[in-house]
Amino acid sequence: MKNENLYNYILGVADNSLILGQRIGELCGHGPSLETDIACTNVSLDLFGQVRSYYQYAAEIAGEGKTEDDIAFLRRERQYKNVLLVEQPNTDFAYTIVRQFLFDVYHLLFLQELQNSTDETLVAIAKKSIKEVSYHERFSSDWIKRLGDGTEVSHQKIQEAINNLWTYTDELFNQTDADKAMVTAGVGVDVTSLKRKYYETVTAVLEVATIAIPESKWFQKGGKNGVHTEHLGYMLSDMQYMQRTYPGMEW
Amino acid sequence: MTTTTPKIDKQLYPILEQVSDPEIPVLSILEMGVVRSALFVDEVVQVVITPTYSGCPAMDVIGDDIKKILKESGYDANVKLVLSPAWTTDWITEKGRKALLDYGIAPPLEAEADKEVLLGSKKLVGCPQCGSTNTKMVSQFGSTACKAFFQCEDCLEPFDYFKCLK
Repeated sequence: MKNENLYNYILGVADNSLILGQRIGELCGHGPSLETDIACTNVSLDLFGQVRSYYQYAAEIAGEGKTEDDIAFLRRERQYKNVLLVEQPNTDFAYTIVRQFLFDVYHLLFLQELQNSTDETLVAIAKKSIKEVSYHERFSSDWIKRLGDGTEVSHQKIQEAINNLWTYTDELFNQTDADKAMVTAGVGVDVTSLKRKYYETVTAVLEVATIAIPESKWFQKGGKNGVHTEHLGYMLSDMQYMQRTYPGMEW
Repeated sequence: MTTTTPKIDKQLYPILEQVSDPEIPVLSILEMGVVRSALFVDEVVQVVITPTYSGCPAMDVIGDDIKKILKESGYDANVKLVLSPAWTTDWITEKGRKALLDYGIAPPLEAEADKEVLLGSKKLVGCPQCGSTNTKMVSQFGSTACKAFFQCEDCLEPFDYFKCLK
């Protein structure tokens, strides 16, 4: 494929939003309250909308009649390039909102930089998405503060979720070969440059939330290169069921 | 503020004005600022629309409605979706803002005021029913992606607030 690096780069960016969108979409009708249920599905819808723009662009690059649906539904687990963080399950609302918060802060910083890309399509998607993601970040940060600095139980649950999901944060700043090639080409974002600001922003919110920062320096990684936690497989089997069972099915 | 005036052929204006956002039926897509241009190119109408939110499920319906109504008026049309420049609530016309309010949706405030409102620090959103600004946000996310959910503390009516997007 011509432009294979660009294709892989776009998938790397978009898969995060697809998998996170699917995860929070699981809360549709199952949220802890009506308002949070609606909020989570709204965030999910925004992410899916952004994903469609990325996948349509990737399908155009791939050519050979490939469509956005092929990319979303017909890849195998090892071909998804999302970070491990976004595939972690909705254990309880603390995990859901901590996962969201840890991703939103990154997502916003990432999109701010993507606006400076030399690729016009990516700039257009970034400029559109950033308005939506600003709301996501505000929503998840508010909940972290509210629950972290809330009751004894809510504090303990947020702390536990932070302790367990923290190990997935560093992967956000790892670079694949496609990432490096695209940074050199002026198309991609140098994620390593976002790291300092990311941890500063996260720390500032957690301090207000009276949540302690985990001290562990050991981090999980692999998703960007297709090596996932066991959770992704189950999720994909659910997500891809209709397209696998009835190939080419349309609404 | 992004101020790009849509380019719409005078002949097409009254036709397109009949198409509304399926989720906010009182607002035509022209008042909403979703149609960026509608011009004749070799006898075919080329319509360019832009989504309010990336995942807005209304866009497919709007595209189909545009083609359908133009067809009924005897025109062939192509509809193209563009992301850039990104839609902003500034593009909702004055008439559109009034239509929102009459329908029971509080129109978007300025960006700074919007932030203060959504962070809960100030009470600025007027209740579409009684006009009181003694209102509170119930949820940052409402019945559709573009709205937040509010309640009036005077008349107690719940209502939607159209979030500012810039």
